[in-house]
Amino acid sequence: MSNLQAGTISAISNDQAGILGEWRSILDASSASRGVSPLELAQQTEEFLRLVIAGAADGTATGGVAGANWAEARAFLERLSRSRALLGFDSQHTASFIFSLKRPLFARVQAAYKDGDAALADQLWAVSELIDSLGMHTIQTFQKTREEVIKRQQEELLELSTPVVKLWEGVLALPMIGTLDSQRTQVVMESLLQRIVDTGSEIAIIDITGVPTVDTLVAQHLLKTVTAIRLMGADCIISGVRPQIAQTIVHLGLDLAGIVTKANLADALKLALQRSGLTVTRAV
Amino acid sequence: MSSVLSSGTQPVRIEQDVVLARQVVRKAAIDCGLRLIDQTKLVTAASELARNTVVYGGGGDMDWAILEDGLRKGVRLLFRDEGPGIADLKLAMTDGWTSGGGLGLGLTGAKRLVNEFELDTAPGAGTRITITRWT
Repeated sequence: MSNLQAGTISAISNDQAGILGEWRSILDASSASRGVSPLELAQQTEEFLRLVIAGAADGTATGGVAGANWAEARAFLERLSRSRALLGFDSQHTASFIFSLKRPLFARVQAAYKDGDAALADQLWAVSELIDSLGMHTIQTFQKTREEVIKRQQEELLELSTPVVKLWEGVLALPMIGTLDSQRTQVVMESLLQRIVDTGSEIAIIDITGVPTVDTLVAQHLLKTVTAIRLMGADCIISGVRPQIAQTIVHLGLDLAGIVTKANLADALKLALQRSGLTVTRAV
Repeated sequence: MSSVLSSGTQPVRIEQDVVLARQVVRKAAIDCGLRLIDQTKLVTAASELARNTVVYGGGGDMDWAILEDGLRKGVRLLFRDEGPGIADLKLAMTDGWTSGGGLGLGLTGAKRLVNEFELDTAPGAGTRITITRWT
């Protein structure tokens, strides 16, 4: 990457107010500043321009914007894109914060190199490259923040979707919802087994009403869970076996013979109460 | 001869794609007018084959098409991968046999869940499985 010459840097730093004014009006026009308060935007633009000048002035380090002289600017951009990502901005808006700076900077470079064609082209290229790599860095950070958000949500979903509820003294129920992949089944199994120990429950009901597809993998996970529950000395009932699921299981050739299954949760609870020696009667 | 009403392709590369493939198949099955029981059967078969594509075929694609053949309509799915293929087809089509850690019912189960089942494979030449479920 070709470095900015002293002439370019001074041309930029001598007219900071002008550059900031133009930059902000471009940001306003492109609605890239939407949702950010004018005061905040003023601070951000001012700080970033200062950091760019500081980074460019210290031309000793090599390696472009990855160099040590750009560390502060990079840290600023990371903060910026992180905050924008969390505010729900898209990557386009975040990137145009940086790219909008191009036009004012180009104007200054053009004014500074009126006669030298080669020098002008060289410096325009240098400024362009600089802004591009800063923009790229912003987008990368933005993307990373988004991915972190998605990952966190996935984990939250994993936790949320596995509530073990106590239906009665000694009777636990686990309403399963959505897709049962290996990771989720692991979490489900762990929390259910732990609750069996904690509550000393004798019967666990796994309700699969909310599981749209029961294929061999889901069945295998269920079988393993049932086996683990039995090893702990408790009994397991699977409820929520709908007619279409039942027929599909038969065609698949799955053997669930050793497992007590019920069509709905109410029937499963009735059976669980019966096994516990309890009956429900209408109060007269 | 049957005519294609609509069609598309769904990549099946990673575990999560199996879920997407199921959703695509369910939508096609509903659009086609399959009854709930047939929808469920087709989606389950697709789930098995899509997982096989990911786990054993190293990833591939699923082509789907809604067909019209006279009065009946149906959904045809083609799962294709460029994986190692199946060396012993007879063994692979045996209930309870698996080269992995599954129950060994996916391939045979899928066959029982649909009306038409066609398997085209050779060692080193990938696997192509076509299934069709009619209304």
